[in-house]
Amino acid sequence: MISLTSPVKTAAHGWPAGGKLALLCAATLVLFAVDGAALHLGFLAATAVLYALPGRIFLGAGLKRLFVLWPFVALILLWHLITDDGAAGATIALRMVTAVALANLVTMTTRLSDMMTVVRWLTTPLRRFGVGTQSIELAMALVIRFTPVLANKGQALSMAWRARSVRRPGWRIVLPFAVTAIDDAEHVAEALRARGGL
Amino acid sequence: MERSVALIAIFAALIAALGLLPNLMLTSGVPITAQSLGVMLCGTVLGAKRGGLAVLLFVGLVALGLPLLSGGRGGLGVFAGPTMGFVVGFPIAAFTAGFVMEQLRSLPVGLAAGIAAAVGGILVLNIFGVAGFMMVLNKSLIETLTVFSVYIPGDIIKVVLTGLITSGLARARPASVLSRTE
Repeated sequence: MISLTSPVKTAAHGWPAGGKLALLCAATLVLFAVDGAALHLGFLAATAVLYALPGRIFLGAGLKRLFVLWPFVALILLWHLITDDGAAGATIALRMVTAVALANLVTMTTRLSDMMTVVRWLTTPLRRFGVGTQSIELAMALVIRFTPVLANKGQALSMAWRARSVRRPGWRIVLPFAVTAIDDAEHVAEALRARGGL
Repeated sequence: MERSVALIAIFAALIAALGLLPNLMLTSGVPITAQSLGVMLCGTVLGAKRGGLAVLLFVGLVALGLPLLSGGRGGLGVFAGPTMGFVVGFPIAAFTAGFVMEQLRSLPVGLAAGIAAAVGGILVLNIFGVAGFMMVLNKSLIETLTVFSVYIPGDIIKVVLTGLITSGLARARPASVLSRTE
């Protein structure tokens, strides 16, 4: 399973995940608390420097991930040009891009296992109320394992459809797809019970 | 217990797998993804509690950095972007759909699932979606609703499909449609 962690090792990979998340929260709060296009241009420039520090490959990967925001940036700028309030539009667009860029930065420099440690720490208080936190971790592992499995089965179903019909496989394969998923779930449940259960 | 955990996990994986299906295009050119169809199905098939937990698990893994949203999106950036309201609203939409489904036991499965999906997947989800959009992009309610109205036809199609698929599942695997069996 591919994750969004950057393949380029940075110094930030070694920092504690909880600290990075706390910093991100603080930075996002500041971003939404202050106004002014010039200020936000500065924030974005500072963020760009952070992206550029680990090198060109890291910067390229980061920019590619931000590219999905362009329709929203275009929408905002167009809207504010029509309503003749370009400065406010620039502030909103800059703030959005910076906030998403900073959050992506944390995701890119934090391994899934480190994030899981934070989750384990956050869910510890739940144990007092009798919630089995180990079943949360098992469920997470199951999702990671079964997403590619189900994706393959979905592909097989759509190929089987194409073999029989000239039309595109549409919503009609979702029902057999869901039936397959339910059968898989029942098998997994049986296997878990056979191995001593939760 | 094992069965609940397995169904919750597999339905979370199902939402992710549905995001990998190619987008359907409406004649107006607005893409509709099958992903929110998966969210509605979690509620109508698994019921309020388990359906909500399945979607919460999915959203949690997206936050941890797995590219499970349609188009391979994921990570914390999603929660700062203009569509964050939808992602945050997904678990609550599934919970609501499941809750409505459980209240409508006297109706046929397909009809009940359609109503449940409309309340959870259109009404509740869009309240969160609109609120998130307004917050991130600083827009007024009217401005936001203008942008969102193009997605309504796609939402209605998904509601009808949720009804059809849930009633199909109730016939194919009646014991697994937990919103009706328990």
